[in-house]
Amino acid sequence: MREQFESPIVLLGARLLSPYIMLFGIYVIFHGHYSPGGGFQGGALLASSIILIRISGGRIISRLQIREFFTTPLAAIGVIVYFLAGFVAVLYGGYFLDYEALPFPGDLSPAELRYYGILVIEIGIGIAVMAILVMIYDHMARGEDYV
Amino acid sequence: MIWEVELVLFLFLILTAIVALEAKDLLIAVVTLTIFSFTMALMFTAMGGIDVGFTEAVIGAGVTGILFIVALYQTTIKTND
Repeated sequence: MREQFESPIVLLGARLLSPYIMLFGIYVIFHGHYSPGGGFQGGALLASSIILIRISGGRIISRLQIREFFTTPLAAIGVIVYFLAGFVAVLYGGYFLDYEALPFPGDLSPAELRYYGILVIEIGIGIAVMAILVMIYDHMARGEDYV
Repeated sequence: MIWEVELVLFLFLILTAIVALEAKDLLIAVVTLTIFSFTMALMFTAMGGIDVGFTEAVIGAGVTGILFIVALYQTTIKTND
């Protein structure tokens, strides 16, 4: 087994790179409905920016960002956002995930209703994918990283 | 896309796949598999599937490599065969 040791250069590079990856992930999520990308890709980008800090900084530094026990509720919140956006449409007289039936305030055209409905769905998927990928990493690396 | 560039990408794809299969050190295999994945993403993009290429670049070249390396640190770094 190779040795693990603390390297300030690796940590500095990861700290420099991680916010830009996270910003790009948020960009991909919020532009997912009319450009390539979407909730899954943006969520994976957010997860990779968080995992980059975790793999370079160790447990104490990564605990400042997202704690280990926050990932499971975040994944549940993402799935609930997705399900509620579909179910509210059923309550207002449409089909499941029928975005035209969603009760957004203001009078919006059906195209704009679909626009905002898909945006809500993408945000839910992004949160769920991010939390689940970070959760997989946490459970795999448990007890392995240096203090 | 320019066919010469695509030919180079194809050759690089085959080369990295063979290296990843034949390497005795599994860390080398993981790194070459990441390069394979990124080349595959470039080829998907060249063929017009930008969404597929994007997913391949993010998942194959980003997250999967990290998860493979964590799995290596929990097991052994040399192959047995």
